Amino acid sequence: MAKEGALTVGKKVILNFPKHTWDKPVVYTLHSKFNLIFNILKAQITPNEEGLMILELVGEEEKVREGIEFLREIGVGVRFLAADIEKDEEECVHCGACASVCPSGALHIDRETYKVIFDKEKCVGCELCVGACMYKAIKIGL
Amino acid sequence: MAYQVNKTIEEINEKIKKGQVVVVTAEEMIDIVEEYGPVEAAKRVDVVTTGTFAPMCSSGAFLNLGHSKPRMKMEDVYLNGVPCYGGLAAVDIYIGATSLPKDDPRNKVYPGQFKYGGGHVIEDLIAGKDVYLVAYGYGTDCYPLTKLETYININIINEAIMFNPRNAYQNYNCAVNLSDRLIYTYMGILKPKLGNATYCSAAQLSPLLNDPYFKTIGIGTRIFLGGGIGYVVWHGTQHTTDVPRGEKGVVKKPAGTIAVMGDMKKMTRRYVRGVSIVGYGVSLAVGIGIPVPILNEEMAWHTSVRDDEIWTQVVDYGYDYPNREGRVIAEVNYAQLKSGEIEIMGKKVPTYPLSSYYMAKEIAETLKRWISEGKFYLTKPVELIPSSGFMCKGLEIRR
Ligand code: SF4
Ligand code: SF4
Repeated sequence: MAKEGALTVGKKVILNFPKHTWDKPVVYTLHSKFNLIFNILKAQITPNEEGLMILELVGEEEKVREGIEFLREIGVGVRFLAADIEKDEEECVHCGACASVCPSGALHIDRETYKVIFDKEKCVGCELCVGACMYKAIKIGL
Repeated sequence: MAYQVNKTIEEINEKIKKGQVVVVTAEEMIDIVEEYGPVEAAKRVDVVTTGTFAPMCSSGAFLNLGHSKPRMKMEDVYLNGVPCYGGLAAVDIYIGATSLPKDDPRNKVYPGQFKYGGGHVIEDLIAGKDVYLVAYGYGTDCYPLTKLETYININIINEAIMFNPRNAYQNYNCAVNLSDRLIYTYMGILKPKLGNATYCSAAQLSPLLNDPYFKTIGIGTRIFLGGGIGYVVWHGTQHTTDVPRGEKGVVKKPAGTIAVMGDMKKMTRRYVRGVSIVGYGVSLAVGIGIPVPILNEEMAWHTSVRDDEIWTQVVDYGYDYPNREGRVIAEVNYAQLKSGEIEIMGKKVPTYPLSSYYMAKEIAETLKRWISEGKFYLTKPVELIPSSGFMCKGLEIRR
């Protein structure tokens, strides 16, 4: 169980297993050692016997980080399916440049207040906004 | 022409002193003039405040670093690795907003990130941060030191004066891209084949659009500059006056500009920000607010200008702009631009601002508060900004 008050996060990751790690009960370790809940979204073995798995990891932010570190240590390739985007409200000047490239509408201008709103639910993690923001107000987490 | 309302700067300042001044923002003035007409509005309102906040590349700062012991005539000067201009007296330098460190990869890996440059140094100085100074000189009998490395910050250096040769453009292009590749410009990322349109003006709040013939703004006009106090010191570079005008005398393309100056030690980081424009370079976003004195009904009329009365030209940055082709694809007004979508060549194109209307409003409100609270008095310019006879010349390459 997640600790009271600790931030629970969900991350979609693409795992690449080299031949020697595929047989290890790696994925179960994520649960037993790091308390992470996982959903296997896709799993397949490539013709040259490497494994590919798309997982959603859910758990305490710190534990997700540790779990991913563990995977990398044993040689599993880890890539994030979607970047964890945050808009730093202290740095943001509400110019709108990020909204001009956002394909999902997650970043949009409120036509009443002229504030630029970030609706995380809609974000697909394409990272286009990161380069578009001239004020470095958009950060990629984890 | 005789006016029905006649006020002077001195009278307005007297009202500020007595706490009787009536100040509104350029946004609020629209409704006031609509409701009461320009004459009555001019009787009621004394000052209209404006504001703008956007990247303004022609910006920079004069720094006097103070004399070291032993003394040094600094020639090659770097602040946090960013080259400064040292071709002035011993310890006077100028740092320009777009200056980049020598080892910045620029656009070698396209599009370049341009993470840090002159604009950021200026922001860091205003934020009170320590900045690393490296200077080289050739050594003279009176200035023997040839190399110096130390940390400075805005509080320990002798002087820091912002001096921006061209700011607060009166109107600006709306940028689109007709080519078939994504391009990275100072007008932001432009998607191919009219994928988006960007614009950069506070429009109805913009300082120079509220006094389109410079009837009140001139050399010596006191302004809000970067959160502190500044002055208009000249017309800006590329100042242009003889362009098509629409309703209320508003220019229909980029035209007038101002040069401004102010004490950087009194500014705040919120209104002076270094910017990294992907694929283009670095720059400085500056917040400027100008008070327009409502001396007569004509100024009430000018300051009542609305977004839908301010038109600008749509320009292709895919081919036309880089090749200095003067083609105008379409004309649009700021109400259309702010609606989020315009129609160009039969296509619906989403629009986005680069200039922050949110910050422009905050600046106009701040200036309004300063004046109402008696902290800011108006000045009478010694010379007005020229309103005719100025065209911006190109450079013909001679072979
Ligand atoms: S581009 Fe950056 S500063 Fe502008 S609205 Fe987006 S997050 Fe804010
Ligand atoms: S990462 Fe992509 S989808 Fe998410 S906010 Fe940025 S531009 Fe929009």
